[in-house]
Amino acid sequence: MSLAIVVHPGSTVPIYRQIVEQVCAAAIAGRLRDDEALPSVRALAEQLVVNPNTVARAYAELSRDGIIEARSGRGMYLSERRRIYSGPERARRMEQAVSTFVSEAFVLGYEPDEIVEHVARRVKAARKGGHR
Amino acid sequence: MRSDAVISIRDVTHYFGRRRVLDQVSLDVPRGSVFAFLGRNGSGKTTMIRIMLGLLEPTRGGTRVLGDDGRRISPETRARIGYMSESHALYDWMTVEQLGAYQATFYARWNQRIFDSVVGHFRLNRETKAGSLSRGERAGLSLAITLAPEPELLVLDDPALGLDPVARRALLESMLYVTRAADRTIFFSSHLLDDVERVADHLAILDRSVLRASCSVDAFRSSISQFRLQFAACSVPPNLPPIRGMLHARTATDALWLTIARPDDETQRVLHSLGAPIVDEVPLNFADALTGYLGERDVRGSFLGGVA
Repeated sequence: MSLAIVVHPGSTVPIYRQIVEQVCAAAIAGRLRDDEALPSVRALAEQLVVNPNTVARAYAELSRDGIIEARSGRGMYLSERRRIYSGPERARRMEQAVSTFVSEAFVLGYEPDEIVEHVARRVKAARKGGHR
Repeated sequence: MRSDAVISIRDVTHYFGRRRVLDQVSLDVPRGSVFAFLGRNGSGKTTMIRIMLGLLEPTRGGTRVLGDDGRRISPETRARIGYMSESHALYDWMTVEQLGAYQATFYARWNQRIFDSVVGHFRLNRETKAGSLSRGERAGLSLAITLAPEPELLVLDDPALGLDPVARRALLESMLYVTRAADRTIFFSSHLLDDVERVADHLAILDRSVLRASCSVDAFRSSISQFRLQFAACSVPPNLPPIRGMLHARTATDALWLTIARPDDETQRVLHSLGAPIVDEVPLNFADALTGYLGERDVRGSFLGGVA
């Protein structure tokens, strides 16, 4: 199975959250294909040795956020049109990525115009490459 | 009294001689839950379990188990309860195999497949006499005997005591196996918080005879916060004023770490009035959240009983 989830009790991140984050990470990295079913709640709970309610809660959050969806009678799959993060979390991550990138660029001595130019070029290239 | 509760405890107070070991404990265990009963040694957990099962009559208060009054549990109801005590009393001269066959004769319902699978899980040799088993193996055999009649309510008193990591894992897997069937309830006491975090969905904390929390694990976690008050270098943190919900305070170099139950605007106001240039909330793990209840406290905390 390409979705290898590992949970660590004792973390400051609750176990259900660890599952949510790892499914998101697998989706982003392409380790989970669109036509590949997630393990059932029962199966994942047994694999991770955690309470099934914990897995159910993780799946509930993932479907609420539009990342996974039930396909009738066949289990849970990545949503067709998914947004991996939604609302404030999405904005926060974008903010974080941009701020890291901008500070790095300034450290390297680039001028504001050059930075914008680089970004524009990169976005254009990504579009052509069929990125979402 | 909640109708979906398999165990209901109402205002139970118990004395051993003049020593009060339980002080007005009230508790509901929802049907289908995996309920962890936490508390330090000597906090009264085993006494509470014995009262719950009708093995000990409380000085005051009452209990109901699967609909029966705890003082008069019918044999039919008793057959629906599986109880594993700390001591794992077994006939030492019988082999694993013989003990299984012997126990089976006491129950109308005995699932040999479950017995075999737990025995296999704990890697027990069926020809070994109970007297020659290690502590972990005894626990495994004891668990197999407790699970085979498929009890509706499973009560495990510190089942992980003395188990090695392999046996602990087998125990957790066996507990989760039980929850496969809907409506099975597990009530267990434990000191292993990582294991509790894995399998439990509800918890109760008994602290020096008093029940200090009883709620879902999620509600418990989200109700406890940790704050760091960072003071200027080489300054001495001030004495703390009373803070509602305060569970634990720890002084580090130039900083105070506070664990607080259900902080609100008033808490924030007090924390910001202490003169620390930095006040921030720091994530805490499950064990940290419990420290205020299970460890030594500098300040007596408030109850969490209202958390549903």
